[in-house]
Amino acid sequence: MTRRILVAATVALLLTAVCAGYILARARPAAGPPASGLTLRTAGLLVRDTQSGRLALVREDGSRAVSPLSCLRLYAAAGTGVCLRQGPVSAELVVTDQALKELRTLPLNGVPNRARVSPTGRMVSWTVFVTGDSYNGGQFSTRSGILDTGTGELAGNLENFTVDGHHSPPDANLWGVTFAADDNRFYATLATGGQRLLVRGDFARRDLHVLAENVECPSLSPDGTRIAYKKMLPDRSWRLTVLSLADLAQTPSAETRSVDDQAAWLDDGTLAYALPHRGRAGADVWTVPADGSGTPRLLAADAESPARLP
Amino acid sequence: MYLTTTGIRPRRRGGAAAPWRQVGGNVLALGAVSLTTDVSSEMVTAVLPLYLVAGLHLGPAAYGLLDGLYGGATVLLRLAGGYLADRTRRRKATAGLGYGLSAAARLGLLAAGASTAGLALAVTADRAGKGLRTAPRDALIGLSVPPAVLGRAFGVHRAMDAVGAFTGPLVALAVLAAADQAFDAVFLTSFCVACFGVLLLALFVRDHRDRPGPRSTAAPRAREAAALLGRPAVRRLLGAACLLGLATVGDGFVYLLLQRRTALATGWFPLLAVGTALAYLLLAAPLGALADRIGRTPVLLAGYLAVAAGYLLLAGPLGGPPLVLAVLLLHGLFYAATDGVLMALATPVLPERLRTTGLALVQSGQALAYLASSALFGLAWQTWGVPAAATGAAVTAVLAAAATAVLLGRRGGQGEA
Repeated sequence: MTRRILVAATVALLLTAVCAGYILARARPAAGPPASGLTLRTAGLLVRDTQSGRLALVREDGSRAVSPLSCLRLYAAAGTGVCLRQGPVSAELVVTDQALKELRTLPLNGVPNRARVSPTGRMVSWTVFVTGDSYNGGQFSTRSGILDTGTGELAGNLENFTVDGHHSPPDANLWGVTFAADDNRFYATLATGGQRLLVRGDFARRDLHVLAENVECPSLSPDGTRIAYKKMLPDRSWRLTVLSLADLAQTPSAETRSVDDQAAWLDDGTLAYALPHRGRAGADVWTVPADGSGTPRLLAADAESPARLP
Repeated sequence: MYLTTTGIRPRRRGGAAAPWRQVGGNVLALGAVSLTTDVSSEMVTAVLPLYLVAGLHLGPAAYGLLDGLYGGATVLLRLAGGYLADRTRRRKATAGLGYGLSAAARLGLLAAGASTAGLALAVTADRAGKGLRTAPRDALIGLSVPPAVLGRAFGVHRAMDAVGAFTGPLVALAVLAAADQAFDAVFLTSFCVACFGVLLLALFVRDHRDRPGPRSTAAPRAREAAALLGRPAVRRLLGAACLLGLATVGDGFVYLLLQRRTALATGWFPLLAVGTALAYLLLAAPLGALADRIGRTPVLLAGYLAVAAGYLLLAGPLGGPPLVLAVLLLHGLFYAATDGVLMALATPVLPERLRTTGLALVQSGQALAYLASSALFGLAWQTWGVPAAATGAAVTAVLAAAATAVLLGRRGGQGEA
């Protein structure tokens, strides 16, 4: 017995040493003060650096300033930043000011998936994948919420909103919120009965209105006239497409690879989106004209969650 | 055999502690193996969704596929593992194979990188390992103690198991924090912990391979295993296991209902499972002992009533923290009163040379019925709404309890084998 205990103790020590060594090797040195000049008012492209997992700024010349803030998804507009990250107990939403100071954190149940800020910087939204409540036949489900940072008003679950005045269907899933400039209207995907619908939401009235079919992860153009979205093709891949809200005309972008991302508008004519690396972790940010012309161009390597600053 | 299961109290010679002492080192060793292995597997379970979606950018379709592999795909393998263990009479080796396979699957997760096929293979290997090991392990527990303390033995084992399930996610979060959110560090640590579990099994668990007696000299044949179903006592037991599966809906449903009913802050959601595990680990051993004293069937039936009461509360007017606490306590109580107790009921009914096969059969029946009831509950929820579905689940649990009482009742007794 004593010999067996000795063997067990020795092996336990060895295994502990292996793990501790590995963990220490993976731990990066404690981050220093925020990279100089990195604020949400600096010009450039805000991204998540997929090598470090941190919020970073890619300047016009391609140089990169990495902040100490670790995020899984992020977005920023008009001096308000939002960062979805893994907290000590659950995922959490962090709202920051323009100096990346944390103003507010909110616990989230699920795996961070989408994040947006309204053009004025006042409204903040998020989407998480929820695991463990497979009430729709073993499928994943999503949950989206909106926080009004002006009033502190919180809509934690958009499934509680009505659809044209009626209760939302029990199998409803909502994801991919994008805000209009008035801080009240928003667009999102409502999935129900196997369909993925584009809805226009009214935050004040807590109501949704269905506009179109097969529209996922909408992103409203700065001029408010078009929606960039991922359109599911018959082979279940996604084509990055632009929808005109005036006549619901669709324009496929020149990007033919499957884009599983909520695109961001760099200006009224240009889209940015992340494409994951093939066969290894990480992603790159690409850009393509919104009018269907041109070709995709690599904008930032090892990056995702793009947002145009300022 | 009859004595052991009809509630005759074990004699106490050395005071109240004597029955506990009979549980013995082998059960504790098996418990330690399960505890260690559960720390390892729950570490992975806790971070895998985050890794797949946030780390590897798997889309919903691929993610749904991997998530589905966690379902009932291992039932056949469980039966095969049970029969293999009986056939070779190497229960420890079969269990060890299962534990080893799951440990190797952790390295597979590291090696798979972002390949969906590789990830699916690793997850399947992990599930296969769990399928292989469960029945031989329970058979070993049954062989390690006198029949009168089976309830205690399974109770102690399940409590240790629950401690592992409780600790795993916390260890995973600690590693993630220490390794600057590096998922590979979690998988490697999980692998090391799993290896230690296999080592504990190899060093400290005694096999019960070659018991004396003419009946056990020849290895059982497949036809004999099939003939198990011809025994009325086994059929009744299998029926009870299926009823138990039917009486329960997925834990996820319960937590989701709790969250909706109480407007619980979403960040608290993961702690609901922790609450159930806590109640389970505290109650498993005492309820096992109670089952040894007053009979295993009454404790099993009390478990059904606990889960029915929980579902009724979810349909009722009570809300807030009292509802959360009551439902989690009842849910933990249900697991503590049924999980190990069913195995303690089954063990003496099954002939020793086919015991592992029989236990696998009982566990598979329960697992399949559980899958069916969860699917039905999901359908009921969408069709009739929450209160009706929850009430329906409660009624089903009570009906299952009544049917089980008839099946395992005095006349049809579990001691008939």
